[in-house]
Amino acid sequence: MQSKLKRVDFIFSSNEESKKVLLKTFRKTREEILDELITSRLKGRGGAGFSTGMKWKFAKSEVADQKYIICNADEGEPGTFKDRKILDKALFKVLGGMAIAGKVVGANKGFIYLRGEYKFLVPQLKEGISDFHKLLKNELDFDFNIEIFLGSGSYICGEETALIESMEGKRGEPRNKPPFPTQYGYLGKPTVVNNVETLALVMMVCQVEAENFKKLGIHDSTGSKLFSISGDTPKSGIYELEFGMSLIDFVEEFGDGDTKSVQVGGASGFCVPRKKFETTTIGYKEDLDGDSLPTGGSMMLFNSSRSMYNVLHNYLEFFTNESCGQCTPCRIGCQQLLKGIKAIKRGDKSEEYLKQLLELTDTMKLTSKCGLGQSVANSFSSIVENFREEMIY
Amino acid sequence: MTDTVKIKIDGIEVKLEKNASILDAAKQLNIKIPTLCHHEDLCVAGNCRVCVVEQEGVHNLVPSCSTPALDGMIIHTMTPKVRKARKDLIALLVSEHNTQCTTCYRSKNCELQDLAAEYNIDNEVYLSVLKPSKVDRSSWSIEKDDSKCIRCQRCVRTCAELQHVNALDVAYRGKDMKISTFMDLHMNEVVCVNCGQCIIHCPTGALTERRYYDNIWDAIGDPKKHVIINTAPSVRVALGETLGFPVGTRVTKKMVTALKKIGFDAVLDTDFAADVTILEEGHELLHRLKRVFVDKEKVSLPMITSCSPGWVKFIEHMYPNYLSHLSTCKSPQQMFGALAKTYYAKKKGIDPKDIVSVAGMPCSAKKYEANRPEMKSSGYNDVDAGLTTREIGHMIKETGVDFLSLEETEFDSLMGESSGAGVIFGATGGVMEAALRTVYEVVTGREVPFKNLNITPVRGLKGVKEATIKIENCVPAFSFLEGVELKIAIAHGLINARIVMDQVEKGTSPYHFIEIMACPGGCIGGGGQPIPTNCEIRQKRIDAIYEEDANMPVRKSHEVKEVQELYRDFLKEPLGQKSHHLLHTKYTKRNRY
Repeated sequence: MQSKLKRVDFIFSSNEESKKVLLKTFRKTREEILDELITSRLKGRGGAGFSTGMKWKFAKSEVADQKYIICNADEGEPGTFKDRKILDKALFKVLGGMAIAGKVVGANKGFIYLRGEYKFLVPQLKEGISDFHKLLKNELDFDFNIEIFLGSGSYICGEETALIESMEGKRGEPRNKPPFPTQYGYLGKPTVVNNVETLALVMMVCQVEAENFKKLGIHDSTGSKLFSISGDTPKSGIYELEFGMSLIDFVEEFGDGDTKSVQVGGASGFCVPRKKFETTTIGYKEDLDGDSLPTGGSMMLFNSSRSMYNVLHNYLEFFTNESCGQCTPCRIGCQQLLKGIKAIKRGDKSEEYLKQLLELTDTMKLTSKCGLGQSVANSFSSIVENFREEMIY
Repeated sequence: MTDTVKIKIDGIEVKLEKNASILDAAKQLNIKIPTLCHHEDLCVAGNCRVCVVEQEGVHNLVPSCSTPALDGMIIHTMTPKVRKARKDLIALLVSEHNTQCTTCYRSKNCELQDLAAEYNIDNEVYLSVLKPSKVDRSSWSIEKDDSKCIRCQRCVRTCAELQHVNALDVAYRGKDMKISTFMDLHMNEVVCVNCGQCIIHCPTGALTERRYYDNIWDAIGDPKKHVIINTAPSVRVALGETLGFPVGTRVTKKMVTALKKIGFDAVLDTDFAADVTILEEGHELLHRLKRVFVDKEKVSLPMITSCSPGWVKFIEHMYPNYLSHLSTCKSPQQMFGALAKTYYAKKKGIDPKDIVSVAGMPCSAKKYEANRPEMKSSGYNDVDAGLTTREIGHMIKETGVDFLSLEETEFDSLMGESSGAGVIFGATGGVMEAALRTVYEVVTGREVPFKNLNITPVRGLKGVKEATIKIENCVPAFSFLEGVELKIAIAHGLINARIVMDQVEKGTSPYHFIEIMACPGGCIGGGGQPIPTNCEIRQKRIDAIYEEDANMPVRKSHEVKEVQELYRDFLKEPLGQKSHHLLHTKYTKRNRY
């Protein structure tokens, strides 16, 4: 059967081509590059999907003696493992994206915030960065220095303000926003924090140009996207696909024939049951009929042998441990959800209690300080509402 | 760009300075938004989330404490969405809380209890996620009960921002997140200086003072014991707050009556010892200056006051190489204790072993100080127990006396007479002012050249205050000070102590004499004072202290009759042999962990 998914081969394509792209891009003005990026409608690939061009624009407009570019490589979302491969196989594109960001924003210092567990990548990253520094100096005469900062294993440090706090030697706890990092970031200076894949895709926009980039994908979900595919699938791994695919097409290609649900976007994402595969699109919301789900690229498939109660229990345990603990709704809310579903399962609480817990997720969504606490509701409500009987019996 | 913004809250337009928060705006309009992690003294944390409000055009609720008011914002503080979320948040906090309010020291003075009552929280909604924990009673001063902690981090911010001690910090994450010490050590094993600022900034009963008043009840009930209490100047201007009086009411004489009713055999005045401190410390300063100017010796200057036990432990930990700058004088509490079991015992004909000496203090560090091993110069524990203003309030309530309608009584004698100089020890700058009133007169034979003896440059809530006093026309004995410009500084709150101490460390300190108090505002803002304490309340208590001073017949320490008697009959002279033995002390170098 012919696949309905369109494979894209950019990120892992030849780095030689990328070098030419970088040289070409550096001949453009900051404004030209920024225009191109905004026109491309490239959105951050970490999961939240904020416009990359706008983020750069905000940072560019700030007046400061020092600005920073940070590459967020604290890949910690359960089921996501694409950034590791990008750093391993396509480092040049990431560094290129950082240098371009540096040029546009007016920063001469960059950091790669590397997930602690990816320490084994450090020697090769250092080598790559060293070569890259030479290239910047010799061929572009551009002063931009990149350093590696190793994280310490906390999930929350993937949140950009917690990441910055951690870099400053403090507890990795999200900050109050506003101010945003583009105004007040690392050491109080304007800072752009971009995901690894986003930075690599900046090179794609520069290579194929915005109009061609936009031809890939749909509506506001332009370009390609790397998917980390895991679970009950015969073809687990990393795939670069055109953004905006239909979930039914995806399951047809990657499912094992018995797919019961797909968790889109990791533990903080949404669970889509079989009956909604056809109406669900993987991409951003605007102008789409049916459900549309953004994702950082994690796609976990579950077949009928899996207990969705166990899946949810696993996620909640994860959040209970990985919440930074500073704000009330997230710290206590996660514990209540976990304790609550256990009590219902045991029969200590009636099934009516699920309603109370769903209301609690509303509060968590409305009042949590950062995306972690706000997004626990996603997996909880989508699993509980679609697999209610599995929670109770 | 204008410097003001206009926003609308609950339909009312309000004009604000730029950078003000939504919470500031609401306060301006007298709209009450509940808060827990917010405290006027501290930076904004935005972590309890109970202050959330609805901002038009924004889906999620926004925390009013940390959200800056921007021009044109439309805010609603009491929509069903807001109310429901707040109620849920409070219920969550309650579910993590030890709700044995009936046995809690902070019951009826607890911000969580108040909110739970206001929002009528149903404790059955959520399952309890309270973690088992043990109360840390290792410190003489501070009790830490994690089961009552709501993780608002007010204590952490207090310890860092106001005191720069950093004994408390956040540890672990997620469900295990808690407030802890370095390496989870006990409170008595860390750099904690016992100042108790964490206690008065804690919204609940998680941090409280170690209570000793049950032992005092026992002593009072023992006919063989002669139980005396001396009360510090700041207690009399704050005790009323715990007993139904408005902030800033002076209740000195009612307090004496109440303490007599409780059963204390004598109610005496710490101010008496404060006056003695002035004589000792004033002469110590002059002695040091003489050694510098006349004998050309290398003597540690500036000399720094040692009345505040929180400050003393701070310098022992943080600047252990500069202990020689500290005055060797004990604090008034400890001078009082040492004299109570020697001079007082002798004059009254009581065996010192039967005297139970209690100190009523605005302070939690005084509890630790009373238990320092070197504080036994009378041959007994000089002070048997230090009680906070709050504990005294509890004792009075426990007796059931109607404080508001009590008659007024004077302090007992001996050691009950004092001057206005002793009273102002309670406010930042007070020790300095009291010392100057005496020292200047000793040196020149004239009163300090300030109207009504009010040395206003040393007063007020500025973090570090400084002044210069030119000494002219000295009496012959002090002619070496002729023309000297005496430079002084006053710091309160240990973050400000850092500023003046860093100068001392660098060798750039221009001062001769520095007064340092551990707590913001001085003792009136001490860790043993009624809760809440904030800037406005501190100011009102300070006003009351100066009012008390102004109303005293004697304003200078050296003019107090009982003090003169003490020197004539017992001590002979300031810095004499007996003084040295009873009233002076030594310090211990400590490390930072």
